[in-house]
Amino acid sequence: MFVVTLAFYLFATVTIGSALMVISARNPVHSVLFLILAFFSAAALFVLMGAEFLAMILVVVYVGAVAVLFLFVVMMLDIDFRELKQGFLQYLPLGVLIGVVLAVELIFVIGSVALIADQEALAEGQALPLTQGNIEALGRVLYTQYLFLFQAAGLVLLVAMIGAIVLTLRHRVGVRRQKVSDQVSRRPEDVVIKVRPGVGEGV
Amino acid sequence: MAIGLEHYLTVAALLFTIGIVGIFLNRRNVIIILMSVELMLLAVNINLVAFSTHTGNLVGQVFALFVLTVAAAEAAIGLAILVVYFRNRGTIAVRDINMMKG
Repeated sequence: MFVVTLAFYLFATVTIGSALMVISARNPVHSVLFLILAFFSAAALFVLMGAEFLAMILVVVYVGAVAVLFLFVVMMLDIDFRELKQGFLQYLPLGVLIGVVLAVELIFVIGSVALIADQEALAEGQALPLTQGNIEALGRVLYTQYLFLFQAAGLVLLVAMIGAIVLTLRHRVGVRRQKVSDQVSRRPEDVVIKVRPGVGEGV
Repeated sequence: MAIGLEHYLTVAALLFTIGIVGIFLNRRNVIIILMSVELMLLAVNINLVAFSTHTGNLVGQVFALFVLTVAAAEAAIGLAILVVYFRNRGTIAVRDINMMKG
């Protein structure tokens, strides 16, 4: 139990700290790397909660795809980030004030909810059967009860993929593209010339 | 002291707040704003998963999965828009994005 408590505080601290570094780092590349750290420790929190599948998905999708996508974009765009950083100190007091107020409000809500909804009301949902792991149970629910929603999520990803391609595709002039029809319709008799050079002469 | 639901909810609340403050502080940099949005979605996911595991109901985790899907799609589209915008304007300052006004 002590180990679980220790692990929770460790991962929670790392998550919050790296999230703070994401928004305050001077270099956006550092921001992206701290974002990866935040997602990684959040995945560890998911494991502590007992949601192993979502933890693995978080690592695969976020650390493997989204964060690397951010890294690509940050490195590809040639931007003067110092100029973009201006105004950081100007908005700092107001932003921190609003943040503190919001955090205090949210924590008050959580405290009051924890007081009102006592443990029996929260625990009255059916306990997960321990005979199957989290991944198997989630798969059972996902592929039976929520099959159409699952397909809809796939459609969302498809639309996003097509949208990203359409947005970033550009036809530049002067680029020689492959023309498959030309290649296929090319015949040997059109392009090959047979010559018979005489002895000692060139072609 | 056992780690209960409130602890996870507090972490999620702090993460959400950090996301909002990040949008406030980096008002000129779209990339940091997108990262802040990702942080807020992560906080939402932590909330969903915490309630799901503490009530023993798997629907929360299914919902968190869909939130994850939509967040990935949003990041892809947002970054694509960013790349196109940078190609057209040569900057990504939020202040300059006012071509579609009125």
